Amino acid sequence: MTPTENPAQVTWDLEIKPRNRFFDLRYRELWAYRDLILLFVKRDFTVQYKQTLLGPLWHILQPLITTLMYTFIFGNFARIPTDGSPGPVFYLSGIIIWYFFAGCFSNTSNTFLSNAGIFGKIYFPRLAVPVSVVISNAVRFFIQLGIFLAIAAYYIYRGDISPGTTVALLPLLLIIMALMGMGAGLLVSSLTTKYRDLSFFLAFGLQLWMYLTPIIYPASLWGEYRWVLDLNPMTAIVETFRNGFLGTGQVGYLNLGYSAVFSLVIFFLGTAIFNKVERTFMDTV
Amino acid sequence: MSDLVIKVDAVSKLYKLGVITSRTIREDIRLWWKSKIKGNDSWKRELKEEDYLWALKDISFEVRRGEVLGIIGKNGAGKSTLLKIMSRVTSPTSGSIKIKGRAASLLEVGTGFHPELTGRENIFLNGAILGMSKAEIRSKLDEIIEFSGVSRFIDTPVKRYSSGMYVRLAFAVAAHLDPDILIVDEVLAVGDMEFQKKCLGKMKDVSGQGRTVLFVSHNMAIMKSLCTRGILLEKGRIKVNGSIHETIDEYFSENKEVAKTGIIPDDFYRPYGTGEARFKVAYVINQGQEKTNELRFNERFRIKMELQALQDIKGALLSVQLKNGVHETVVFSSDYRSKFTTVDFCKGNHLVEVDFNTCLMPGRYLLTANLSFFNSGSVIDTAQNVFEFTVSNLAEPGKGDYLWGTVHGYVHADTNWVYKNLN
Repeated sequence: MTPTENPAQVTWDLEIKPRNRFFDLRYRELWAYRDLILLFVKRDFTVQYKQTLLGPLWHILQPLITTLMYTFIFGNFARIPTDGSPGPVFYLSGIIIWYFFAGCFSNTSNTFLSNAGIFGKIYFPRLAVPVSVVISNAVRFFIQLGIFLAIAAYYIYRGDISPGTTVALLPLLLIIMALMGMGAGLLVSSLTTKYRDLSFFLAFGLQLWMYLTPIIYPASLWGEYRWVLDLNPMTAIVETFRNGFLGTGQVGYLNLGYSAVFSLVIFFLGTAIFNKVERTFMDTV
Repeated sequence: MSDLVIKVDAVSKLYKLGVITSRTIREDIRLWWKSKIKGNDSWKRELKEEDYLWALKDISFEVRRGEVLGIIGKNGAGKSTLLKIMSRVTSPTSGSIKIKGRAASLLEVGTGFHPELTGRENIFLNGAILGMSKAEIRSKLDEIIEFSGVSRFIDTPVKRYSSGMYVRLAFAVAAHLDPDILIVDEVLAVGDMEFQKKCLGKMKDVSGQGRTVLFVSHNMAIMKSLCTRGILLEKGRIKVNGSIHETIDEYFSENKEVAKTGIIPDDFYRPYGTGEARFKVAYVINQGQEKTNELRFNERFRIKMELQALQDIKGALLSVQLKNGVHETVVFSSDYRSKFTTVDFCKGNHLVEVDFNTCLMPGRYLLTANLSFFNSGSVIDTAQNVFEFTVSNLAEPGKGDYLWGTVHGYVHADTNWVYKNLN
């Protein structure tokens, strides 16, 4: 084989090596694949309700039915307080927030296993899948937020609730939840390639996490043990959301800061491990 | 034209074998704990030498712009692993690969196709997975649909497609990728003959435009017509790196086992043939009805063949060729020349024996058997060089040995010699 004429002149576009940098998100590459991300989102929505009678209406019915059940079971039957707000908006606010977070978390957590077929045949930035999952969940959240606002409007009109200026914090809340859900999901996803048992724990774990978050009860219920509840980074999120839209409780900026830091740490950790696993995961599945 | 577009440098890939990967957390923690107590590294040392496999070992080669490189090798030689590493599906254990330009790989057609989505939706999804932008796909959409030949069903979910339609649509998308470097695994072995031809034409176009193609296939006829260079892999190492002819020749020299027994495996290389029937065995038997790789001089012999017809075949023509050591046909015989009729085979297995009353000259011979349709001339199956035998100088006792050192020709013609004294 003849040697390269002048090695200095050859510029390579891509170099495939055993290891890449520990933390490398490759945003630019991800951006180049933005069409793919959007097509994944579109696919998820198109496919989800194929051959169902009510179709996308389920996005709305699901939280509404859950709210009805909660209102009946926890409100009317168990008589758990709601910080003075009407049951329906109280539960619905918690439910849509939790759905968003849990959706991001659990849908990203099977990134590797459910895409093994595609990942084994073609390269594209693997993060495209979890990112599309988060976008799908965000879209769903905004649909549900619309319903929530409609119901909230009714109660505002009746004077039962009074929204405050902290409503403006909503984008921040969404970003924190997205980072945390995706980070935790990536972490679990990376570990499940080696330990399948984790996926079984996840369902229970998420359920337990929900009960340790003030979704079906107000944070004030914990009284002097409130600090235990505040260790849960989701607490501040739900409380802030309710403070903004329902005017209950108060915003603990320190707690919110804790949530933000927590989400960043878990996001970086999750992405780093995801990046590491991504390189050789095809050999272990 | 000689600029380098791919440089593969000492690439190796190590696989762990066995059940290593399915350890549970509990087991891992137990082993880790055990090693903590013992204070040694037994946690890691539970892997033994034989638990590892070098799928690729020290692979280095370069590819220049416009080359079509065929990668040849038996199953398990490392072809797919190499393509997977080059496509970035998995990463090498050591070594590096440098690539210049946009590379696209096609390890499978229809990756990411979703059964619930329509053909049109899948074109976009699959195209994007292959690395095309939405605008790019939109500009080629009509062409893709046209090429696939399923335009009537383009708005039907692909789960209602026949497998042929599915594959055609999938290939149509892939065929319209415009990369500088195209990496293709055995994906052409799909669809009917007509569609395969279309795909091959497309592949030729791609390579004709100065693009670089890396190609894996077991179909040597395609390899020969498409590739300019070849690499033969054996057990994860490069055995030959040269012209495609050189590489294929070396690959075939590995078929010694077949040539010894005359038993033709199903995955035997058949350069052409429509496949309605296939030869199962073909060999030489001597007077004692025994298979032999060694005939004596002047010994009568027969060729015995077994073929399996997968359907009823009418108007077929059987022929055999004997080639010499440098693969030139030196003896030809067909049934038609002896009987002036064609032959029919019903579905099932058939035995054919050809009685030669020809005397072969001493030397080495290779047997090839062909089955074709008499009218169209199209080949049904061909079993090339499936049996090797020699003819020795020595004859049966009392029949006259071949006494001379040099041998002229291959066949001793059946002749009558007339002598007259002209005095």
